[in-house]
Amino acid sequence: MIGELSRRQFLRTAGAGVAGTTLGAMGFGGAEQALAQSVRPFKLAKTTETRNTCPYCSVACGILMYGVGDGSANNKQAIMHIEGDPDHPVNRGTLCPKGAALLDFVHSDTRLKYPMHRKPGSDKFERVTWEFALERIARLMKDDRDKNFVAKSKDGVTVNRWTTVGFLAASATTNETATLTYKVVRSAGIVAFDNQARV
Amino acid sequence: MTNSWADIGWTDLAIIMGGNAAEAHPCGFKWVVEAKANRGAKLIVVDPRYTRSASVADFYCPIRPGTDIAFLGGVINYLLSNDKIQHDYVKNYTNAAYLVNPAYGFSDGLFTGYDEAKRDYDKSSWDYQVGEDGFAKLDDTLQDPNCVFQLMKKHFAIYTPEMVERICGSPKDKFLKVAEMIASCSTPTKTMTSMYALGWTQHSKGSQNIRAMAMVQLLLGNIGVRGGGMNALRGHSNIQGLTDLGLMSNLIPGYLTLPTEKEPDFNAYMSSRGFKPLRPGQMSYWQNYKKFFVSFQKSMWGEAATAENNWAYDYLPKLDVTYDMLRVFDLMVQGKMTGYFCQGFNPLMTLSNRGKLTEGLSKLKWLVTMDPLDTETSRFWENHGEFNDVKTGDIQTEVFQLPTSCFAEDEGSLVNSGRWLQWHYPGQEPPGEAKLDTWIMAQIGQKLKALYQKEGGAFPDPILNLTWNYADPNNPTPQELAKEMNGSALADQMDPKDATKVVVEKGKQLSGFAQLKDDGSTQAFCWIYTGCWTEAGNQMARRDKEDGGTGLAPKWAWSWPANRRILYNRASSDVAGKPWDDSRKLVYWAGDKWAGIDVPDYGAAFKPEQTVGPFIMNPEGVARLFTRKMMRDGPFPTHYEPFEAPVANAVAPKIRGNPAARIFKGDFAALGSSDKYPYVATSYRLTEHFHQWTKHVWVNAVLQPEFFVEISEELAKEKGITKGGWVRVWSNRGSVKAKAVVTKRIKPLMVDGKPTHIVGIPQHWGFMGAAKKGMNPNSLTPFVGDANIETPEYKAFLVNIEAIASGPVA
Amino acid sequence: MANQSLNLLRRSASTDTPPVTGGQTIEVAKLIDVSKCIGCKACQSACLEWNNLREEVGVNVGVYDNPHDLTPNSWTLMRFAEWDNPDTGNFEWLIRKDGCMHCQDPGCLKACPAPGAIVQYTNGIVDFVHENCIGCAYCVKGCPFNIPRISKVDHKAYKCSLCSDRVAVGQGPACAKACPTAAIMFGTKEDMKKQAEKRIVDLKSRGYANAGLYDPAGVGGTHVMYVLHHNDKPEIYAGLPHEPKISPLVAAWKGTGKVLALGALAFAALGAFFHHTVVGPNKVSEHDEENAAELAEEGKSSKTEARPV
Repeated sequence: MIGELSRRQFLRTAGAGVAGTTLGAMGFGGAEQALAQSVRPFKLAKTTETRNTCPYCSVACGILMYGVGDGSANNKQAIMHIEGDPDHPVNRGTLCPKGAALLDFVHSDTRLKYPMHRKPGSDKFERVTWEFALERIARLMKDDRDKNFVAKSKDGVTVNRWTTVGFLAASATTNETATLTYKVVRSAGIVAFDNQARV
Repeated sequence: MTNSWADIGWTDLAIIMGGNAAEAHPCGFKWVVEAKANRGAKLIVVDPRYTRSASVADFYCPIRPGTDIAFLGGVINYLLSNDKIQHDYVKNYTNAAYLVNPAYGFSDGLFTGYDEAKRDYDKSSWDYQVGEDGFAKLDDTLQDPNCVFQLMKKHFAIYTPEMVERICGSPKDKFLKVAEMIASCSTPTKTMTSMYALGWTQHSKGSQNIRAMAMVQLLLGNIGVRGGGMNALRGHSNIQGLTDLGLMSNLIPGYLTLPTEKEPDFNAYMSSRGFKPLRPGQMSYWQNYKKFFVSFQKSMWGEAATAENNWAYDYLPKLDVTYDMLRVFDLMVQGKMTGYFCQGFNPLMTLSNRGKLTEGLSKLKWLVTMDPLDTETSRFWENHGEFNDVKTGDIQTEVFQLPTSCFAEDEGSLVNSGRWLQWHYPGQEPPGEAKLDTWIMAQIGQKLKALYQKEGGAFPDPILNLTWNYADPNNPTPQELAKEMNGSALADQMDPKDATKVVVEKGKQLSGFAQLKDDGSTQAFCWIYTGCWTEAGNQMARRDKEDGGTGLAPKWAWSWPANRRILYNRASSDVAGKPWDDSRKLVYWAGDKWAGIDVPDYGAAFKPEQTVGPFIMNPEGVARLFTRKMMRDGPFPTHYEPFEAPVANAVAPKIRGNPAARIFKGDFAALGSSDKYPYVATSYRLTEHFHQWTKHVWVNAVLQPEFFVEISEELAKEKGITKGGWVRVWSNRGSVKAKAVVTKRIKPLMVDGKPTHIVGIPQHWGFMGAAKKGMNPNSLTPFVGDANIETPEYKAFLVNIEAIASGPVA
Repeated sequence: MANQSLNLLRRSASTDTPPVTGGQTIEVAKLIDVSKCIGCKACQSACLEWNNLREEVGVNVGVYDNPHDLTPNSWTLMRFAEWDNPDTGNFEWLIRKDGCMHCQDPGCLKACPAPGAIVQYTNGIVDFVHENCIGCAYCVKGCPFNIPRISKVDHKAYKCSLCSDRVAVGQGPACAKACPTAAIMFGTKEDMKKQAEKRIVDLKSRGYANAGLYDPAGVGGTHVMYVLHHNDKPEIYAGLPHEPKISPLVAAWKGTGKVLALGALAFAALGAFFHHTVVGPNKVSEHDEENAAELAEEGKSSKTEARPV
């Protein structure tokens, strides 16, 4: 993966060491067993390390995400621990109470998993397919744009704006998502366009 | 930030005012702690509450919410009256010597040209005197009564220590101690850093709060130097990037602006964007505006943008007004909006006056949310008892809730406060059927395009001709998009000195924005990002942290512009190019070139004797103490009360709020007064939570589980409120129920002779997630924004409070 | 710092002192610099995450301390104290990270009747071995800092392990790694004392005349130490003991007799929850029993064990 091989290999070796090698080398009878019993195995042994950036504030701390599963066809990766990246020049491995608990964001019970739809007046969300949701959204957009697009102002100036549909952009999506979002939104003539920088 | 996080470790004095860095940015705040431990630096905190930043400060001074300009005006007055300014810097690097139009004036709290009916100014007199040569006139002696320096002296003279105490409630002795500590940084070898965030922006005069401190920093000579600067700590992880990329009503990527309908054609558009230098020989870098604009249009529309059609100028919408969030929700309430997208945004919890928001969302035909988390906005129609008391059956809005990936699952770059673009990688796949945001946006774009291809319709050209050169049109990759942001050559680029030599071949990535052209031969989506992904590869993924301890980390990731880490860094040396402080050299004249540890923010070929100013983006070449016509509410900051205030404006009693701030009629009517709502409320974040996200995170829900408000022991006693008991807090717009934290950390302030109580209301709870269901300050906050950028006044409003027997029922 | 391969120094209720092998012993310590602490709770967060613990979501009772006390799932806790300094007239917000002090002379280990349930490594870490714990709560009684808590779910004692699993592979404890302001540092005890000296000089220069290091001699010194701005008054930091000592009851109860008794005690504890003890040459006093049972009850603060992680 993308992590730094040197550290990963070190942890792997070190982790294995606790379980076996180091203790075995100590060679003191019953106490050896007691020691093996008392020290919990290091949980990051054999995990995969991936570099990422904390998604919360704009300090943008470097983080290391540890995954179980090696990403092989039948063993998908899942993140099991997140810790600060000691190489990062700003946070230097530290994290705040939010960053240190990122694992529970990734695996939050309220993470959304399926596209949902609420009919007008309904008291519930119903699961729908992506195809249904996206087709319908595009249809709703097209119908309103054709109806309410303002090609010229009252003074006859070409203005080509669409004011009746708005788009609030995110604040933690990547630049690349933002670029694509800008292209889609602006090319449609949307002007009710804003992001969290405002609030 | 003008500087970067680790650079704070080089300061002598950190002032946290208008923010709470220890709580909101703990890992950035570390650099204050480092500066204290390693340099003996001091920390000042000025805040209505004794915060966790204050708990490690050398000096804490309280202030009433919404009175920062009076306080900073007091500091400016102190610096000028006591001659505590860095003279050479002020004279050479600011517009202190510039002569202002004699028609400019200020009286009774208003600048010349005010039109009460429009709540706006005719700003024509707010400008320099211009000579026949077309250049601004100066008085190098700073004595002319119309020079900026003298006008500034006059403007701020009313903010005496006594006036500061009267308006702000900050005890005079404490204010003077702060002023004295700040003044100690007026020598060239001592620097102060200003760290601020939403505590300054979220006011009806937020932009002017920041300007006031920027003026202090200029007077001290602290801009462009190590350990100095104006450091906006920024909120979300890519709020800087989304702003850079122009995802706002009036922006084009790289801080270009969308045309308005007063600019019917390209010539009219460019005529106000010439940026002719205002002094001889100045760089005035925005003179390259057309190169950036044409390269953007080519990036958007490729072959369809030609010289003949003015680079597809008409493909861009033209504004009649700015459609900021406040206006859009107001339009919703008026029934003028059909549909709304919320991408990773939860406005029901985060915009002001929730009652109005619910009304607006209920009038939409449809709402689409895209989020990794189950947001309140996506469930605004769902009844949650007192926590969301709506009549579900009456709400006819069709809602789509689309599940997206989160940070751990996507790849790409984010921009931090210090303007670093940092690349990250995915560690797992999104859960269930959740999808990448890029995939979702591509689907919407492609499906809309297909409908227009099939059916035709209103002006389909910009949709049909939108550049879409992705290997998989349904799934553009972050690599493809990042290269697009950077830009490439559309034709061979020749060496300007040797027309036979190709500098950049057609189709290759550009290496910097200096290569951009206005003839259509280059494309770049966001000119300030040009250099982020060059032929040498992805610069944002660089991981060499070595910087010799300077904190600049020039080989780590990539920062805009041009990998420059400290903006205006030419100002770290004097006019002759000699560093102000030899122990903190940054950029200096090495006899034949500009050298130093950062990329010079300057023309490489300029010699010091050319006296090109260090503020190269400005046509003056210097920084502006007097902002000319750039801001709606005045060329100097001046004290205005919040729209809801416990006292009349002490310096202009007739004026309510900021006279140039836009406020809609109904929202003006919804303001409360101090007879019914005697307490000053302020909303804020706590360190245990991030905005509205971490209430979904179990561990953070444990650390701070339940909504509360904070009050002083004195107010608790007065109102019979007990620690941990329930209270009701209400404004003229809504009501919330909360637990009471009674604390010594908030103390009543004496304002204009009367005790004034403060109610602190944190912003983290809602009706979804792992934390206890809770209410939110935005049930109470006023629907009015800053005069320049429309950020709502979340930080200062009026409420009442009472003890109640029990909490809300779900 | 060198790789801290763990060697046992002693075990509870056990006579066999293991030989120390594997070269030089390095004593470790965590230094908590209260003057740098911003009370952000990153340490709590990192502790819960690293140790796969999930506390229940509580309520607000009018203070910032959440959870309200240490529990079997919360091995560390920020305690917030609001203090008006009578000398300066200034308000001070004193925030202290509470948790196991890893005493050099650990009262918990001395009090523990279950063989091998509490161990001390040569580097100073005091660790609980849950397989061997009988849930008697004597450790609670033995602790001068009121740290261990008994789980209602598995009736075993829990507290900070100083992340012995991390230390064993040369990493620092999770809390120390996370701490944004380096208010928590980890290293050899010697280095941490030197670090503290530097900090104390800085604090004195800023007017804290009584700044000092908290490394109480009454428990043989600790492997978790504090830098305090007011070291003359540790009690103002949410009740940090002025001169902590092991209870005389515990101190008196030691030696081989205890060990012999304990096989039986452990056996009894397996059946129910110490009813009547017990046989053997050395009896646990009634008084000890009552105390321990009472303390065990107090220690059981958490009903739910954990959210699955």
